[in-house]
Amino acid sequence: MNISYSQAIRDGLREALMEDESVVLIGEDIGLYGGSFGVTRGLIEEFSSDRIIDAPISETAFTGAAVGMAIMGMRPIVEIMFGDFTTLALDPIINHAAKYPFMSGGQVSVPLVVRTPFGSGTGAAAQHSQTLESLFLNTPGLKIVSPATPCDAKGLLRSAIADDEPVMFFENKLLYRQMGEVPQSPYSIPIGIAQTMREGSDITLISWSRMALVCMQAAELLSGAGISAEVIDLRSLRPLDTQAICDSVKKTSRAIIAYEAPEFGAFGGEISAAIMESEAFYYLDQPVRRMGGAEMPVPYSPSLEKQVAPTAEQIYLAASQMVRN
Amino acid sequence: MNYYELLPNSSKKSLYRLMVLSRKFELKVDELYMKGMVHGTTHLGIGQEANHAGASPALSELDWIFTSHRGHGHFLAKGGSAYSLMAELFGLESGINKGLGGSMHLTDTANRNMGASGIVAGDIPIAVGAALALKRQKQGAIATVFFGDGACNQGMALEAFNLASIWEAPVLFFCENNQYAISSAYNDFAGGQDFPLRAKSFGIPSKKIDGNDISEVYSSVMAASEYIRENNSPYFIESLTYRQVGHSKSDQRKYRSRQEEAMWAEKCPIARNRAYLTSCLAASADELDAIDSEIDAEIDRALQSCISEMQAGGFLNMHDAMKLAGSEKPAQKAPLAKSKL
Repeated sequence: MNISYSQAIRDGLREALMEDESVVLIGEDIGLYGGSFGVTRGLIEEFSSDRIIDAPISETAFTGAAVGMAIMGMRPIVEIMFGDFTTLALDPIINHAAKYPFMSGGQVSVPLVVRTPFGSGTGAAAQHSQTLESLFLNTPGLKIVSPATPCDAKGLLRSAIADDEPVMFFENKLLYRQMGEVPQSPYSIPIGIAQTMREGSDITLISWSRMALVCMQAAELLSGAGISAEVIDLRSLRPLDTQAICDSVKKTSRAIIAYEAPEFGAFGGEISAAIMESEAFYYLDQPVRRMGGAEMPVPYSPSLEKQVAPTAEQIYLAASQMVRN
Repeated sequence: MNYYELLPNSSKKSLYRLMVLSRKFELKVDELYMKGMVHGTTHLGIGQEANHAGASPALSELDWIFTSHRGHGHFLAKGGSAYSLMAELFGLESGINKGLGGSMHLTDTANRNMGASGIVAGDIPIAVGAALALKRQKQGAIATVFFGDGACNQGMALEAFNLASIWEAPVLFFCENNQYAISSAYNDFAGGQDFPLRAKSFGIPSKKIDGNDISEVYSSVMAASEYIRENNSPYFIESLTYRQVGHSKSDQRKYRSRQEEAMWAEKCPIARNRAYLTSCLAASADELDAIDSEIDAEIDRALQSCISEMQAGGFLNMHDAMKLAGSEKPAQKAPLAKSKL
């Protein structure tokens, strides 16, 4: 069936709520209001306010409370309204959820999911448009997924909810209305496995979330110019499927890593290092190229906002140069 | 009603025992740190024993506690053994957390002690969520979270009070006001100087008690836990007490006078309880001396075991530590010596 990314997430939440009494949703305006992006619309009518819990504007406390529920055996799913607001919940996530299992010598598990949308393109300016995945990447004990398609969104969400470790589930605002094919019956997609979205032989475009779709557009443009690009959607950032990345780069000998967060200090560097440290290094024909977001807060002006994240045209131009060099 | 007065003499002696165990254990820890036998840092609750020794025995076996970085005594009072605590401080695999947590992170799920957060106020919201999970289990269990006066100035504490109120969490907020957050005096750093009023402003009933009187602590926690169970809603206790030692081992205590310390030393909860027990004939001085000696022996046995395990290298290995850190598969790196293909 063909459904939107937000519908796929809603379906994944609904299935989990139906199957397991210990699953609850916690977040701001997720009840009757349906969430700021409408993802939880209709769920409170079906599952009542006992399961779909509207929280006050206290990200630290309600995320902390969700950690408390998780260590007591529940499976809470937190919605942080905008990814930018995860800064207010860093203590329960980084200092507690990610640490409890280890610090307790394995006595405690934390089956927690934190869902939140990142990304620019909605005219919401600098405090509602960031892509802050790097904040969480350097914390062992957290899993991080960031799906690009409705099918992956639902399948990875089901795996995230079933996981006994805390999982950060990063969505993207511009993807919510994207349509895609999703299996009719319940399914899950394992965390930690990348997907080759398009096979190719001249260059590998590595990305995740919305930028994976931008890379697909770039690959289409490249194909028109006679260049065969392989597109890898990582889907999971931690654990990272380095095998898939390196296998592809060995085949194509060129790599572009495209992402929305400001280029410096972001995840692209980690992927580049994974290539450099692997056998794939010896196969490189060109230096690995990162194409991240501009080094500035996301601007409000529509003409500027359009230029803040890499575009398909920019990726196409860079890839063409690398292949023709 | 004074619930403590109703206790049989044997229980009163058990409570006394918990205070002495905590005191003697921590004096030993202090000595070991000074000798450099254990590394890291510790935060001692010497002078505050009536709080944990009075509170946990007033809770039911199904109840969970959450503690602060100053949590050795809470661990012991909830049923943890001196040996598994000592082993943890030595970083041994036989420690309660396999040596991965140390002094500030003492989780003991078998005794329903979720343990300590090293982040001041960090586990207050977590305790609220745990209380909500317990409420759903419908077994009448509640959560108690211990924290200090410093934690009451953290935003997340105030957010958590609000959550507990609106979501009706069966949680006991137990504030041990020991007057200092490291060097920051309660009198200078707590606006309004009225924590019970802060709780009341969120609709949470509250009470201020003498935290150096184990009778009052026990009785107040009994009453509070009854209230929480009956109403399925939170309660707040501010317990006035005093940390007789420095914040941690490096503290020179320049921020307070020796006279003030001497005044509080006279209110020592153990000496007070001892005087009470002997004066009302609940226990003889000989019986209490025997308890003290038993504890000395217990701590000595724990220490001797830890020292032999140290010498035998009883530490968790890196491989097993990695397994507890998560399920990541390491990336395939190219061999260092390989030449260009």
